[in-house]
Amino acid sequence: MSEALLEEPVFEAVPRWRQLLGRLLRNRSAVAGSTVLLILVLLAAFAPLIAPYDPFKINPAQRLMPPGALHWLGTDEVGRDLLSRIIHGTRYFLLICAVTASISASIGTVLGLIAGAGSSLTDGIIMRMIDILLAFPYILMVLVVVAILGPSLWTGMAAVGIAGIPGYARLVRSAVLTIKAEDYVVSVRALGASEAEILFRTVLPNVLSPLIVYLSFATPLAALLASALSFAGLGTQPPAPEWGAMLVNSRTYLFSAWWAVAAPGTALFISIFGMNILGNGLRDVLDPRS
Amino acid sequence: MTTILPSPRHGPPLLEIRDLRTQFGFGPGTVNAVQGVDLRIAPGEIVGLVGESGSGKSVLALSILRLIQTPGRIAGGQILFDGRDVLAMSARDLGRWRGRDIGIIFQQPQGCLNPVRRIGWQVAEPLRQQERLTRRAAWDGAVSLLRSVGIPAPEEKALAYPHQLSGGQAQRVMIAIALALRPRLLIADEPTTALDVTIQAQILELLRDSCRHAGTSLLLVTHDLGVVARLADRVAVMYAGRIVEDGPVATMLDDPGHPYARGLLRAAPRLGQSGGERLQDIPGGIPDLSRAAPGCAFAPRCGRRASLALARCLEEMPPLATVRPDHRLRCWAAPDATGARS
Amino acid sequence: MGRYVLKRLLLLVPVVIGIMLITFLMKALIPTDAATAIYQGQLSEQDAAQAIAALRAKYHLDLPWYEQFLLYVGDLAHGDLGESIRLRKPVIDEIGYRYVNTILLTGAALAIALVVGLATGILAAARRNTWLDVTATTIGLFGISMPAFFFGLLLILLCSVWLRILPVVPHGPLAIVLPAVALGLIEAAPLSRVARSSMIDVLRRDYIQAARARGASEIALILCHALPNALIVVLTVVGLQIGNLLGGAFIVETIFSWHGIGELAVNAIQWRDFALTQAIILISAVTYLVINLVADILYAWLDPRVELVS
Repeated sequence: MSEALLEEPVFEAVPRWRQLLGRLLRNRSAVAGSTVLLILVLLAAFAPLIAPYDPFKINPAQRLMPPGALHWLGTDEVGRDLLSRIIHGTRYFLLICAVTASISASIGTVLGLIAGAGSSLTDGIIMRMIDILLAFPYILMVLVVVAILGPSLWTGMAAVGIAGIPGYARLVRSAVLTIKAEDYVVSVRALGASEAEILFRTVLPNVLSPLIVYLSFATPLAALLASALSFAGLGTQPPAPEWGAMLVNSRTYLFSAWWAVAAPGTALFISIFGMNILGNGLRDVLDPRS
Repeated sequence: MTTILPSPRHGPPLLEIRDLRTQFGFGPGTVNAVQGVDLRIAPGEIVGLVGESGSGKSVLALSILRLIQTPGRIAGGQILFDGRDVLAMSARDLGRWRGRDIGIIFQQPQGCLNPVRRIGWQVAEPLRQQERLTRRAAWDGAVSLLRSVGIPAPEEKALAYPHQLSGGQAQRVMIAIALALRPRLLIADEPTTALDVTIQAQILELLRDSCRHAGTSLLLVTHDLGVVARLADRVAVMYAGRIVEDGPVATMLDDPGHPYARGLLRAAPRLGQSGGERLQDIPGGIPDLSRAAPGCAFAPRCGRRASLALARCLEEMPPLATVRPDHRLRCWAAPDATGARS
Repeated sequence: MGRYVLKRLLLLVPVVIGIMLITFLMKALIPTDAATAIYQGQLSEQDAAQAIAALRAKYHLDLPWYEQFLLYVGDLAHGDLGESIRLRKPVIDEIGYRYVNTILLTGAALAIALVVGLATGILAAARRNTWLDVTATTIGLFGISMPAFFFGLLLILLCSVWLRILPVVPHGPLAIVLPAVALGLIEAAPLSRVARSSMIDVLRRDYIQAARARGASEIALILCHALPNALIVVLTVVGLQIGNLLGGAFIVETIFSWHGIGELAVNAIQWRDFALTQAIILISAVTYLVINLVADILYAWLDPRVELVS
């Protein structure tokens, strides 16, 4: 009835982050991806307790055994238990994700903030530098760093981390520029807030959304690249149970012992897939445009 | 320009819509955008369809061409074009009917043009496809069409891209494309709303002259009474998905019967109003189209119902009654068939 | 258009110089140079010192850095990319045929990626929210998550061992099939995603509705009206993806023993052969730059809305 048209719904004040969390928990992709991530973290944290064997213990008598009761995933070319190596490999995977993301995101964000929030001179200088770096494809940048520093786990991570800086810088800079021009920033400035206050209280929280979405996509890509480096012998070196490095020697036995190749490869695939799905979920919730 | 007077309203109508219903969504929240519309358009006639945002007029226009897509659908009724059942047409027949017998132009002309194709080719395309002309012949036809809608230097303009045109020019191009195959009916959905006031008059005259010249009927969908005043032979007023009044333009713009139509007239600013007078709006808002309420949809906002204290308006939906041979009215509160005013 | 191309070519010059500087400076940052790496531990201290000094003199490693840079640029102008310390022959001999191989592989992979990616993306957009769409999107997600090297190995297993449709080490024209398919299918995934979202966006536009109102069939709408507009966005992404394609080619080459510069680059870094590494990186960076330029020009040509004069 016409009276019914006059009633107004009552809105409760729910804190924004709790709203977001609620939406995240209802998003299937986010939940699935988080589950994978959680499993990885648990495996990594309790690896010595969960893994049945010592991942470094060589046992030539048991080399290249197919999956069976003793070794659920089989053994590799020097008799190491694959399941244990996979479980310990989660530590390397998560370490790579964390380190590369930290390097790229922190330095990139700082550069982007300075470029976006600073004068047009600083912006110009920083962006020219970034453009020259971007003239190199991702992989070449990585190769340059590894060539200079020599191959190892840490140089590989540093290389991938450094190569990721321009991407973050560009993203943060364009986000800052867009937000700076928005009306709510202008009005806060008109109310007398200092530039620093504006930067940290108003601009930064709004940059977080696209930053998190970008992070969720860029990190698995970085992990992929780091593993590819290890596979090429330019990153983590064997005998470390890093999934990419495990494939360096196992691939020689591709035809006789395919499980030694399938295990680390599948572990890598599932982990990256999980993170990408989590990224999808985050984007659905955080990015209003899509 | 010679004008051809509209043919008298005898003979079969070109377009006949019976009890058309269009819905959006499913389940309890279904929005009934068009709720049982009856409308007739005679050959060569110009009909204005007036209503505010949310009245369902644009949805009606799209429904006629069966351009409603999920989650919307035509839920019932009949659309007869020259005797043919439009709702029963196969996809092939529909493809052949659209563009050739019926055309439509939209509100945002530049958005309706393909950004990566030159104007000339976009005008020539229907000529090439439906009339099987050669590329050369189609291009020449396009240029002459552009000239006929008033585009200066059409040979050069034909080589331009849509983003290089002004709004008015783009709308002229849309008219050229729509009329290229000489359709029997043209639907114009808010054709001048997005244009400058000075251009509006030109475009409306172009529409009127082109349609009169070719004998094309025109259904002009708009919220602006001024637009309707210039062009239409007949005016239909829509409210909350239904036609509430439908009559000759002279009567409708001078002394309509329905309180909503009267309210629209009163609300329109006029020359000669003194500066101190307030503009009179219609209090309230359109009803929620997803809730079916009994009674007249305008009743909650109707001043006449309140002053006459008519309970019937809130309980029973008035039918669209024929109060005179060419005038229909959907109202309990209208005094009588001769339209004596309260 | 010609002026635009010329302008872009001129802008290339400072960037190329910047690249040369960076690759040259690489050497300055290397803590141990190849000369030391070769001889250390091989000869007695004194002989090693002499041999190292001789090698250093030969390669001008003892001159100040700016003089070395000028010599470097001068050599480049003569087409002399230096000599590989490890291989003991001019770099350019080794790189020449490998470069062509890498271009072949990348080109074939790009072709596969475009065909598969566009087809699946367009299909998914046209049949939105049906099982076809869901399948295509999920496969797309798989592709983005799949490591290229693992996929390559899987393909070898599949084709050579389980299905036996290809010999383990194919010769002749067959040899390009597996590496190109491996790289191409993986690159098809992001392209498919972009093609789909771009098509969906374009299909929502008014001019598509206007064309439908004029009686265009669904196929005509998708292929003739929507696709040219959607392709513009896809092309931009292809340009961005060339870097990934190149990187993927480097890895894929090592798996399939495809003799391209990627395989060589990996070896060069392991050998600490700076001349080789430097040369490959220089050539790759310049190639990447040129390809990006071509993509930009193509984009400007296709989209009439792009301002050619800034």
